[in-house]
Amino acid sequence: MEFSYDDEQNGLREAVSALLSRAYGDSEQRRRVVGTDPGFDEKTWGQLAEMGLLGLPFAEADGGMGAGPVEVSIVAEEIGRVLAPEPFVEAVVLAGGLVADLGTDAQRAEVLGALAEGTLLPAFAHTEVGSRWQASAQSVTATEDGGSWRLTGVKEPVPNGARADLLVVSALVDGATRLFLVPGDAEGLTRTGYRNHDGTRSAKVAFAGTPAQPLGEGTGDQSAAIEKAQARARVAYGHEALGAMETALTTTAEYLKARKQFGVPLNKFQALTFRAADMYVSLELARSTVMWATLVVDADGDVVAAADRARLQASRASRHIGKEAIQLHGGIGVTAEYKVGHYTSRLTAIDHLLGDGDWALARLAGSVAEHQTVDALQ
Amino acid sequence: MRLHLSPEDRAFRDEMRTFFTTSVPQSIRDAVAAHRELTKEQFIEAQRALNAAGLAVPHWPVEWGGRDWTPLQRHIWREEMQLAGVPEPLAFNTSMIGPVIATFGSQEQKERFLPATANLDIWWCQGFSEPDAGSDLASLRTTAVRDGDDWVVNGQKTWTTLGQHADWIFCLVRTDPTAEKRQRGISLLLFPMDTPGVTLRPIELLDGGFEVNEVFFEDVRVPAENLVGEENHGWDYAKFLLGNERVGIARIGSTKRMLIEAKEHARGITVNGAPLSEDPYMTARIAELENELLALELTALRVVANSAGGRPHPASSVLKLRGSELQQAATELLVDIAGPLSVASFADDESDVPEWAQVATPSYLNYRKVSIYGGSNEVQRTIIAGSILGL
Repeated sequence: MEFSYDDEQNGLREAVSALLSRAYGDSEQRRRVVGTDPGFDEKTWGQLAEMGLLGLPFAEADGGMGAGPVEVSIVAEEIGRVLAPEPFVEAVVLAGGLVADLGTDAQRAEVLGALAEGTLLPAFAHTEVGSRWQASAQSVTATEDGGSWRLTGVKEPVPNGARADLLVVSALVDGATRLFLVPGDAEGLTRTGYRNHDGTRSAKVAFAGTPAQPLGEGTGDQSAAIEKAQARARVAYGHEALGAMETALTTTAEYLKARKQFGVPLNKFQALTFRAADMYVSLELARSTVMWATLVVDADGDVVAAADRARLQASRASRHIGKEAIQLHGGIGVTAEYKVGHYTSRLTAIDHLLGDGDWALARLAGSVAEHQTVDALQ
Repeated sequence: MRLHLSPEDRAFRDEMRTFFTTSVPQSIRDAVAAHRELTKEQFIEAQRALNAAGLAVPHWPVEWGGRDWTPLQRHIWREEMQLAGVPEPLAFNTSMIGPVIATFGSQEQKERFLPATANLDIWWCQGFSEPDAGSDLASLRTTAVRDGDDWVVNGQKTWTTLGQHADWIFCLVRTDPTAEKRQRGISLLLFPMDTPGVTLRPIELLDGGFEVNEVFFEDVRVPAENLVGEENHGWDYAKFLLGNERVGIARIGSTKRMLIEAKEHARGITVNGAPLSEDPYMTARIAELENELLALELTALRVVANSAGGRPHPASSVLKLRGSELQQAATELLVDIAGPLSVASFADDESDVPEWAQVATPSYLNYRKVSIYGGSNEVQRTIIAGSILGL
């Protein structure tokens, strides 16, 4: 077992960090970018593509870089560190991941190549009002007529659903969950975008007999594949959260040293420094678990269970650090002018996009009788 | 970045597991598993079995019995030992004074003490804390005054764990009361517990056991050659020693074993016609503890890999802090599973209350100590805030 990064991985981190700190080193830059649609910077997205990051996990034959989950985790962490609003996990890990896992040769070449080049943004349209972090579709249906498929129903909230060039949509076919591709300009498609609390965008996406292309060639239920792709995205989100938590903590520590009250810097008050110490403990425990989950993905182990473990630890840590970062700052932490509250907002969004801590815990509790111990060393 | 153990480390783990589960007497391992107090003879028998196999002091210099293992191998050694219910080699000997003598002691001291310390031929106890010097150790007041070839020691120590079994004590004493910084006037002395003028008073703990003692010194004469290292540099050796104490203090294997027990016992208790082990709140509580323990173990693996030059990684404070909290959470879980049976602490042989339920609450009460010793958790928070966060 080995937890250190090699030179190439450290180099990747430095390059991504340099690019993203040019774009978002000043938190006002992010505020400006998320102030207008599509909620991220198309130019920065293009630069991520130029660096090869948008094709990072995909096979070279599909137009990708053939890198592994560790490299993906490094990018996600740097995204989180500066709160870059570009939808890396959403588009590359989740929507792209589904196409990579299930797509036909032609679909993979078409979608992943263009995604890697930055010319096509895919989004996973899966959540429905009334559904909750499940791997199956709820009420959107797909029907076949003479070899062509049409979708009916509503998906919402769909992250980047209004901006996306291509939607990967889950739908019911005779009770089974299947995935379909729908271009953004398809007929019978109505998309209404809006702003999320963390500055990113989501949309209500309505299908009214919308033509759709099945993803892949099979005819069976694809919810297991959705579960696995979501698990990988949960782990990647864990890294995005790690980057964000680290900045929230260091920003808070700096503030405690700089801010004076009662004639002394705040770090003279043990009631505050002890709470910062506890934030560090939460961060490091979450970091270990999330890094381990990435190694499980890398080794193709039990990805779903590892992702649940990472989700639980990251969720607990995100809430703890996010809330304390604001409290230790005081009133300025609640303002939109200052950066730290935005970190809490994003951490809260990540916590609820693919399943929160209690949700993961309920799943883990269900299997507690199946093992004697949880072994870290494999 | 790699998930799996190398084939060599996997073989190492199997070797450790086999040794600990077959070469240490079952009766001793059962006593540990049942949270019974071990006798002095059981401690000695277990440590000698380990020492005979070269497994008592693997972290010492090779010439004194060390094994030159990787940090990961040391972690595996410790965790497998705890998981198997093998009593760890006496910390006062192998983690505390042994490494100090090996690093700072004279050649004569090394030859005289190290082999006997590894084999538990000498049982050491720790003379650090005093009634007015707990977390603030540097305020200690026990004095040693030079008189001819001897030091004459007067004062009192407390919380001296298992001092009732001890042959020797390593003792921090104030040798220069005029030193400008109080840390600078402290020295480290070694002397036998049967030296005239040494008296010991056991302190009964909440669980009814006698683990700790007060030790009084009245004109105790200690030969000058029993001073370790340099006069008035004892604080440096104490810090070195306490740094070693923190490594391995997370006791992950031991907590893992308690969670295994908790799951077993929960299966045997029925609530409204169903096993307690199927109660949704209980399974969630266990699952959360298992996950927190996994996070801690993974953190320990990260920390051991990054400890350089014998100095503990600053994040080792996380291990002490969280490790103690999880040990306490596991003992609390066992009390809660025992439920109404948990009050029957000292039931006799006629009792139907199983032994694990009888000892659950005494263990829980006793384990309040783990967030206090080894640098209280508040001290650990001070270290994290100061040396890691720069606050």
